Amino acid sequence: MSTITIAAPTGSSEAVKAPPLRPQNKQLAILAILVLVAIPLPLILPAAQGAVAVRILIFLLMAVGWNIMSGFGGMFSFGHAAYFGLGAYTSAYLLVKHNVSPWIGMLAGMAVAAAVAVVIGYFSFRYKLQGAYFALATFAFAEMLRLIVTSSTFANKSVGFSVPLIQDSSLWLIQFPADSPAYFWVALVLAGAAVAISIVFLHSRAGRYVTAIRDDELAAASLGAPVLRHKLMTVALSAAITAVAGAFYTQYYLFVNPDLGFGSAISIQAIVPVVIGGIGTVWGPVVGAIIIGSLTDVTATLLRTPPEFLGFLQGRSGLDVVLYAVLVILIVRLLPKGIVGTLAARWRR
Amino acid sequence: MSIVEVSGVGKAFRGVHALSDVDLSVAEGEILGVIGPNGAGKTTLFNVMSGALSPDTGRVRLAGDDVTGRAPDRIARAGMVRTFQLMRPFASMTVAQNVGLAAQHHRLSAKALREHALDVVERVGLGPWAHRNATDLPTAGLKRLELARALATRPKVLLLDEVLAGLVPAEREPVLDLLATLREQEGVTLVFIEHIMAAVMRLADRVLVLDQGRVLAVGSPLEVTSDPRVIDAYLGEEPTHADA
Repeated sequence: MSTITIAAPTGSSEAVKAPPLRPQNKQLAILAILVLVAIPLPLILPAAQGAVAVRILIFLLMAVGWNIMSGFGGMFSFGHAAYFGLGAYTSAYLLVKHNVSPWIGMLAGMAVAAAVAVVIGYFSFRYKLQGAYFALATFAFAEMLRLIVTSSTFANKSVGFSVPLIQDSSLWLIQFPADSPAYFWVALVLAGAAVAISIVFLHSRAGRYVTAIRDDELAAASLGAPVLRHKLMTVALSAAITAVAGAFYTQYYLFVNPDLGFGSAISIQAIVPVVIGGIGTVWGPVVGAIIIGSLTDVTATLLRTPPEFLGFLQGRSGLDVVLYAVLVILIVRLLPKGIVGTLAARWRR
Repeated sequence: MSIVEVSGVGKAFRGVHALSDVDLSVAEGEILGVIGPNGAGKTTLFNVMSGALSPDTGRVRLAGDDVTGRAPDRIARAGMVRTFQLMRPFASMTVAQNVGLAAQHHRLSAKALREHALDVVERVGLGPWAHRNATDLPTAGLKRLELARALATRPKVLLLDEVLAGLVPAEREPVLDLLATLREQEGVTLVFIEHIMAAVMRLADRVLVLDQGRVLAVGSPLEVTSDPRVIDAYLGEEPTHADA
């Protein structure tokens, strides 16, 4: 085979060299810097902005969870509220009814969400639900869970759970004074860990199988990639991370009910940051969460105290949804790979 | 001893019989060419053998094990690996990553896996492209990538679906040399679908002719090409080897 080689690509001399730093190490280093920079933020920002920062981190957890399944794995989920809600409800139930620490509740919620995702996934993949049909199935499962919870006495039906308040702050119970920077730091650790896991996963052998299966399932299978096992692994990991967001959300807002946990708005909030930031990229969820998290604050402020020429907005709701929609339309039209995906493609050229 | 045994395989799509009662057996280390007109069922046969399709009737055995209807990834890990006529690269990966992926199930160390991948990439002549995105490759390169990925799995049996199609004659020679070497040095069993008769004549120990889903003839290349039924159904007056 040495006689003929395919003509070398243009500019091949530098292309042949392997990258100096393995991409996952570079990405982990960037992540470490971002986390370090973020640590002092709650001490600098005014209290209202601190709350926005926590919201951004919750968005980030959801976005990272969704991106693993739908971005890396290419299995478009329209029902991540199912896993968010399971995380929220499992930890709230264990805390309220059995006085179990929300940390343990969070782990239990991750396990429950992962198990449910594997069951849903198994049947969807077994019967070859793909594309829009798969997305509809995930949506249907989330709605089903919402209805089950709404009508279940053990989950307090439509009332949901309120986290019992304690006098002082406790890391073990994830409860601090309302404007304490500790909420931000807890969320930062969780979100940082989630991004780190997504980086390590993407570059692991399992992650390579997952992206190969996304790119071409039959080709991957024909080369020996264990398809079903890796798809199930992906949905389980994705669901577990999304459950963390739900469990933390409940501790932060001290309250969860069927709509806040399982409502379709939650599924959309998991999708929108990733679409804007860049589906299937490591940093897309980060960029998207920062944009969407900040926007929710802007819209809330606008609705509360609109400037004179927007006076008609006073006291209305739903502006954030309108803005999401406009943003998504603009991004899909102008930057179909999202902000990070488009920039990365330009960079490579 | 035969390493692949296909017996009585039939497959129909909406009543159209793509394969009917196909028997074939391949000895270990043998090179079997599969020829036949378009629509004869050649690729369907590969799809059934590799597990991409379940046959309606019949069995497929690999090294004595019944693998009929098993998932394609299990058949591939058992050592029977196919390539695709239309190239199917993993678009988000480099050439080396595409190839490395195919060897992952051997549980090599990271270093050994990388070396193995680069080795195979080099072997098929894609060295300069190793760290380029797979979709940057020209057609001939993509063809080689198909082959490289299949090789990287360290197959016992390789099912090659028109690996020469789309290559100019000068590009075919090295591929044929590589395939011959594979059998000689590594004892790989090859089953290849090919329209280019010159390649079939040169490489194949035996040739199987499919026509309308049935086995029309099996035998040495010479026997088959002089069989009047084969000439009538497929070869016509002259072997159609041009640039199919």
